[in-house]
Amino acid sequence: MHCGSTPKTIDCKSQHAPSQRPVSSCLVCYRERTTNPTIRHPSRFRYSRALGLVSMSDVYDPASLPDLLPLYYRRLFPFSQYFRWLNYGGVTKNYFQNREFSFTLKDDIYVRYQCFSNQSELEKEMQKMCPYKIDIGAVYSHRPNQHNAVKSGSFQAQEKELVFDIDMTDYDDVRSCCSSADICHKCWTLMKIAVRVLDRALKEDFGFEHRLWVYSGRRGVHCWVCDEAARKLSQSARSAVAEYLSLIRGGSETIKKVQLSTPVHPFITESLSLIMSYFEDYALIDQDILGRPESVENVLALLPEDILLETCSDFQKYKTSVKRWESLKKRVKQGSQKNSALLDSEIVLQYCYPRLDVNVSKGVNHLLKSPFSVHPKTGRISVPIDTRQLDQFDPFAVPTISMLCQELDKAVQSGEEDESGKDKEGEPEPKRRVRDYKRTSLGKYVKVFELFVEQMEKSWKGQLLKQSDMQGDF
Amino acid sequence: MQFFRKQRISRLNGDRQADMYPHSLQFYGQPPTENISLAEFETFAVDRLRLLKTIENIGVSYVKTSEQYSKKLEAELRKLLFPYRVDVDEKELGKEYEKRRKDHISHFILRLAYCQTEDLRRWFIQQEMDLFRYRFHEIPEEHFQNFLNTNNLIYNSINEEERRIVKLSIIHSNANISAVKLEEMEIYKVPFQDVLDLVRSRKVYLKGGYTYIPHKEIVTVVLNDFRTRLSKALAVTARSLPVVHSDERLQPLLNHLSHAYVGQDYSIQKNIGKISLEQIDNLSLKSFPLCMRNLHKALRENHHLRHGGRMQYGLFLKGIGLTLEQALQFWRAEFVKGKVDADKFDKTYAYSIRHSFGKEGKRTDYTPFSCMKIILSNAPSQGDHHGCPFRHSDPELLKQKLQSYKIPGNGINQVDDCNFSLNHPNQYFAESQSLLNGKDVKREAPAKISGGSQETPANVKMAESTSSAEMDDLELLFQDAP
Repeated sequence: MHCGSTPKTIDCKSQHAPSQRPVSSCLVCYRERTTNPTIRHPSRFRYSRALGLVSMSDVYDPASLPDLLPLYYRRLFPFSQYFRWLNYGGVTKNYFQNREFSFTLKDDIYVRYQCFSNQSELEKEMQKMCPYKIDIGAVYSHRPNQHNAVKSGSFQAQEKELVFDIDMTDYDDVRSCCSSADICHKCWTLMKIAVRVLDRALKEDFGFEHRLWVYSGRRGVHCWVCDEAARKLSQSARSAVAEYLSLIRGGSETIKKVQLSTPVHPFITESLSLIMSYFEDYALIDQDILGRPESVENVLALLPEDILLETCSDFQKYKTSVKRWESLKKRVKQGSQKNSALLDSEIVLQYCYPRLDVNVSKGVNHLLKSPFSVHPKTGRISVPIDTRQLDQFDPFAVPTISMLCQELDKAVQSGEEDESGKDKEGEPEPKRRVRDYKRTSLGKYVKVFELFVEQMEKSWKGQLLKQSDMQGDF
Repeated sequence: MQFFRKQRISRLNGDRQADMYPHSLQFYGQPPTENISLAEFETFAVDRLRLLKTIENIGVSYVKTSEQYSKKLEAELRKLLFPYRVDVDEKELGKEYEKRRKDHISHFILRLAYCQTEDLRRWFIQQEMDLFRYRFHEIPEEHFQNFLNTNNLIYNSINEEERRIVKLSIIHSNANISAVKLEEMEIYKVPFQDVLDLVRSRKVYLKGGYTYIPHKEIVTVVLNDFRTRLSKALAVTARSLPVVHSDERLQPLLNHLSHAYVGQDYSIQKNIGKISLEQIDNLSLKSFPLCMRNLHKALRENHHLRHGGRMQYGLFLKGIGLTLEQALQFWRAEFVKGKVDADKFDKTYAYSIRHSFGKEGKRTDYTPFSCMKIILSNAPSQGDHHGCPFRHSDPELLKQKLQSYKIPGNGINQVDDCNFSLNHPNQYFAESQSLLNGKDVKREAPAKISGGSQETPANVKMAESTSSAEMDDLELLFQDAP
């Protein structure tokens, strides 16, 4: 039975006994709740909890998403910073309103062309629909939900962040520890390298200042380049940028995927030097590319005839990857073919250089997973990566939604014990939410996001001032 | 008083022209707004078309940045009264403005004629780009910044300090620039969005969102810009065509112009059935261009031709008027003398002959190949007889052959100043036939053929023409236009 008070934005399915002394608040609607075991909660886990049998599990179970998501969107999702980001300071009219979002709902129902008028509407809708997955699309010429009403041809994608998607499966031919959707600490280094190399290029070569790197939640990373110039890029410009950043050519049919020639472009030189700081530990030690027989074969397949034999005999002499690499480098210098001295660099690049999907970056209307979206298979949140502490980033330490909910639950409980008597009911939601995610592992990731948004806000302030100057409002 | 006024007016005119045409090279951004006579309209258009066709031809014969190319193009520009020099004397200025005006107006007229189909547009853009590139290279470096400024190209030249910083990186980004060469050139800083092709292929140094482009490479950037603008402009022009076509004075000329390029493709045969198979041997000696004569000879000798040869020769025969039945008969008779038996012929070769007449498959009625097509596509290899002998054969061999065909010795020399140029084997046939069947007795028989280097294409020229013949030639070109 419900407590009889006016329901808030969602129907609370938990049951309340108004007359009984509140032991805890309903996590979903905050109203008082009893843990009287005779009163059942509809879902499995709440039931168990109500029985006091099981504490909220931190092991993620996809089936529990319907219960966890409402909590997540009510109390943890950082709507304020999220809106501040996508609104871009309100400099361009209707920028937020014309942005497309797409939601994947329960039972794999996919809805496109979602749009919202303001932060409040965004929140309400997300809390109502509880999407399993959120994608961000382009800013269109009209409100996306009007796309059918607009004369065909006039509804156009106009702007969008420049994005990159690095997926670990694209490296399957060069990593031995895992394959397809799996990742481990050894191959995670590839993502670190990707972030370093691409971030440097985006910043130094292209002059992009506002770059947000996000862990995808399972096996890769995304980059959102949010500079105004980036958002305004045409499709051909985006594909040109992606091509500039691409060094790996060829699919499963191609054995040697990197071809260099002199002069070596400064971009390649810079990228190589970044990679080399990881190469020995990653490739020679962790992946042991010259130790394990199958792997050795693959490397040898990249060598030209004239040095192959000598290299093989070297490998009889030396048995560790490190020593073999040294000997290979020497051999390479002795090669007779044109550009043969670049071979060791080509091998390094083939094994380590970032592999990005040009198609993701190309399309102005391409939809990409939103930061702070939940990964339905792993439960992990797509959290921003602090590039200043890139080497310390651990994808396995990224909180899952169940972990977060459990943390929240604990925090609320302990909070109520400490501050017994203090009534938290009256607090406005956003404020509560701020305290909430700070009490969980999500806190530090929201901080990274906050800093990112603040950096951008500095640049918009200047623009808004300019605008108001021009319009003469003071 | 009147005298006074006239002087004032002429001075104003001069100033206006100086404003309108500050430079010999322009992007053709603004269309001309004055009134011109129909005669001028026609002359300007025809002259520019001539110019563009010359550009097409010499572009096939010579490397585009070579001296011969430049010399030829300059000669043509001068002859047709188009601007060709950047620095012009004071006293020449009046005439120079006339040329620039002609350049301006003729370009826009041809836009009208060439915006209609993808092919026409592509051709027009290609030749205009080549013309632009040539003129661009002629701009001396001291005038360059002025050119950029007058055309609103915001490419900033970098200062000494920045040069020092980026020098080495530029050399490392670009295989074509050495340190020595770089010292001598300006370096421009261009936003990367304006040079996507260079960025995409990583052929340029990129820093902070700007590419650093040495003067030598800036032509690529400017050319790309030119092409993009022209392409857009043509699309816009195409949309306003209906209005233009409603003017009866303009429509016929514009149609002629665009067909003159296509050089009339001989797809519509006027003489169907007028040739009999027995005549072919004789005709091949008298009126076939060299390439077709070779093919015919090879066919007779070997009783066979490979695919390339069958295509080139077969379509030519269709162009001179052979019917499908005749063609089938012709080829069959010859192939059967060789290793092919009648059945096999009917099963395989006959199908492709019918196909080329548009009777099979997607029913495309294939058009006979023009010279350009023969020269540029499908070069012959061992065992082939197709292609263009002036392009694809060894020069000595060619000379011998021509001698054996009894071309007068002094004819086998470079003949430059004729006005008639050959674009299509069927055109040769048509001209030759009309000649032999008595039109202009003064003209000499078939060809003074330019022999010489392998670079020279089939500029088979008719003999000395008078200036009235100049217009005659052009009329011949338009003769069969629908």
